[in-house]
Amino acid sequence: MTSGQLGISRTATGAEREVRISMAARIYIGVVVLAAVAAMSQTTVFVSTQMPVQHRWVALAVLMALFLICDSARAPLTSRQTKWSPSSSATLAAAVLLGPGAAGLVGAMSLLSLRRRLQAEERLFNGAMHALAGVAAGSTYLAINDTVGLPKNAEFSEIFLAFAAAAAVHVLANHGLLWGIYRLNRGDPGLRAEASESSLVLLLASDLGYASLGLVIASLWSAMMWFAAVIVLVPLFVARWAMAQFAEEQLAYAATMNALCQAVETKDYYTRGHGDRVSRGAVMIANQIGMNAARTEAIRFAGMLHDVGKLGVPTQVLQKTGPLTEDEFATIQLHPMRGLEIVREIGFLYEALNGIMHHHERIDGRGYPMGLAGHEIPEFARVIAVADAFDSMTSTRSYREAKSIDQGIVELRKGAGTQFDPVVVQAFIAAIARDGWERPGPAGAPIDLATVTVQDHDDPTAPLQVVVP
Amino acid sequence: MTSATRRLEPDRLAYWQAMDSGRLLLMGAAAMLVTASFAVSAVVLRHQAVDWHAALAFGGFVAFGELLRLALPGGREAAPIAMVGAMSYALLLTVPEGSGKPVVLPAVLVVAVCAVGMTVGALPHVAAGRPAGVTGMCTRLIAVAGVAFIFRSPVVRFLVPTAHHPEKQWWLEVAVMAVLIFFGWLIDTVVGALIRADDVGALFSVALVDEMQLQWRLGLAVGASVIIMVFSVKELGLGVLAAFIGPLLVTQVAFRRYAGIRATYLQTVRSLARVTEVAGYVEAGHSRRVSRLAVAVGRGLGMAEPELLALEYAALMHDIGQLSLRDPIPGGATVLVSPTDQDRIAEYGSDVIGRAGVLDEVAGLVRCQAWPARGHSPAPPLGSRIIKAANAFDDMVGSSTDRDRSAAAIDRMRLDPIAYDVEVVEALRDVAGRRVPSRL
Repeated sequence: MTSGQLGISRTATGAEREVRISMAARIYIGVVVLAAVAAMSQTTVFVSTQMPVQHRWVALAVLMALFLICDSARAPLTSRQTKWSPSSSATLAAAVLLGPGAAGLVGAMSLLSLRRRLQAEERLFNGAMHALAGVAAGSTYLAINDTVGLPKNAEFSEIFLAFAAAAAVHVLANHGLLWGIYRLNRGDPGLRAEASESSLVLLLASDLGYASLGLVIASLWSAMMWFAAVIVLVPLFVARWAMAQFAEEQLAYAATMNALCQAVETKDYYTRGHGDRVSRGAVMIANQIGMNAARTEAIRFAGMLHDVGKLGVPTQVLQKTGPLTEDEFATIQLHPMRGLEIVREIGFLYEALNGIMHHHERIDGRGYPMGLAGHEIPEFARVIAVADAFDSMTSTRSYREAKSIDQGIVELRKGAGTQFDPVVVQAFIAAIARDGWERPGPAGAPIDLATVTVQDHDDPTAPLQVVVP
Repeated sequence: MTSATRRLEPDRLAYWQAMDSGRLLLMGAAAMLVTASFAVSAVVLRHQAVDWHAALAFGGFVAFGELLRLALPGGREAAPIAMVGAMSYALLLTVPEGSGKPVVLPAVLVVAVCAVGMTVGALPHVAAGRPAGVTGMCTRLIAVAGVAFIFRSPVVRFLVPTAHHPEKQWWLEVAVMAVLIFFGWLIDTVVGALIRADDVGALFSVALVDEMQLQWRLGLAVGASVIIMVFSVKELGLGVLAAFIGPLLVTQVAFRRYAGIRATYLQTVRSLARVTEVAGYVEAGHSRRVSRLAVAVGRGLGMAEPELLALEYAALMHDIGQLSLRDPIPGGATVLVSPTDQDRIAEYGSDVIGRAGVLDEVAGLVRCQAWPARGHSPAPPLGSRIIKAANAFDDMVGSSTDRDRSAAAIDRMRLDPIAYDVEVVEALRDVAGRRVPSRL
């Protein structure tokens, strides 16, 4: 099951920041808590079952402990704010063995979660949400199956149906309530991206998958009592390990990629950080035009790597002050192809490769390398082209000062329809208005080995000078 | 890849030529086991009723699991879901079917059903043009057979509750099962390590530790799932198998995503390491050849898999520091540059890699790659000494496959025992002839 974590988000660099919880979200949390209290007061702890009283208490305590362990040891999903844990299996086992009241109590253990860094509001919300989901699932099971207790072989098919319904209700209640809080707390820009349906399908599927363990725990109970909960923990923790490992590798991957891209850029003093900024700009546009999570991730990498082929351009050409010869101009025009050559073997989305190859095409068809026009140009390339030109204009070059953000926007508007896709330009301007744009700091005099680009091929306001034969 | 290494790769050979005696032995044993099981099953089943529902359900489960094989880091393949199904079937003495009389499952039937299930599950792989994974299936089958036969031996049956003695304790049964599952896992792991050591030219002891480190978590998950499954089926009958598919699938997806990102990671580093080639700093294919060579040498010297991974990354990126040079070195051969410049390039490359914050070991190896093997304080780590030798070898030999040329390069390095580690050079001489493909 999934819990919300609004207060603290870990960014890729490990930095943490506080997120304000909006007033609307506070009211929503209040309503959910009241609903949970009301629902709990309507239930008794145990619906009468064939289990002796002391066994019921043991079962309740074990399931509460199971919930707490699962809940405290969450695995981060790709999304940085929703954390996933298999604790729903404990709630659902309580629903089968003991009834809705006990399921609600087990869910409410989320209040006591051993995770630190949770704000009081978050604890309250998570506890109330899981309690409500537990009561709802328990009531569904009881309504369909008419009775709770140790499942028996003879009535298994009915139990299975009732359990499937209860699990579905549980997942729905859990994600519905979470969706509400994300919706209401959308004022924060960091949360917007998270609340988008990033890996939602996987999340729902894994929730439903692990929910079925609840039935397994319940069925094992008559054979091995509390040990059922212990042994079920083993595969859960192995899965959790794999998930955490995945998240860790993903961060390591991104960090390595960053470092390598920086290495490529150090060759040229003025364009340091260019790839990173273009990548950020491309992601801003992607969010604005509503690309899904996988494509956004791909465009992030495509933006970062779009100029990697520039390494194939000889330093003398990059440094040349006078007009370029036809041949020299041709080597510059080839850099998207060289870039493609380097990254082709990476298991990327096909689209990211297209974005790298065509990021110097123009809407009017006068770009390179293929001279595509209008919507022949892949969407990724149209997005990267805008972020690319904007960053070039708003950075310092050896032959001019950096333009201001407003001037850059004016230039983008000028180029919309001829060089740039107007829709993308519009989206970028809206995104900048909302999130702002960080220009690189003023570059001092180059001090180290780095070479200095004298003509920037990305700069639309100062096109490359080519010798006219 | 050069044409010579391609010629030597096993997948270019006819199937039987690529097989070594270890594989043949394994397959022969499995084939005999299966044949015997079918024969005995046919005899046994004349006198005894068979629970076809259970056979079908578990056979289907095994086939399903074999269909969803899991690629693990290092080009390994596992079938955890198939293993759960097969082991559970092996550990079920009886299956209660409604109110019917419990039927005892003979071990030979377990083997026969699992063999059929695995074969059926492997067919789609073959149809899709993927390798059939016969070796893995044989290993699994032998492990399952071992467990099934031991579990039905009189000694073990004395310990666990049966229809005649239901009063035995559940924990005793759990303990017996745990021991047997561990035994099965051990068979699987040891055979896997034997095959792998043979494949990649590693020492068996190193391969075994690698295999265990990589497999123990998955093995633990499989073992616990087997125990849970056996008990649930005894309580609730075969229908409960459906409830297992969900959790097992989720675990499998988690592992698959983990292995997937590791593969992408390596692929990306491999590709991006080529920027030095595209920029004209080094000869085409240099990074890849050096990394192949370095990994093979490291393996020959008994390095474990995590170290080899760091070595492979470091070897791939060892020339990244050249990006700081204004103009490429003629021919890209760092072996021709002054030691100070070599150190500066290494230093810079190490800084670049260190900036990632997650590859400190790799950065360390790159930093020391130009240090002489002897007389330098602090002494360079083994990985760096390997990269130094592999880099020099490739700078001198390149993509050439001329044996005289590589022998001359080795001789030249032998003459300089201060710069090049003697042991590393000997290992390099061994692998330069073979050129084992990297499997990381």
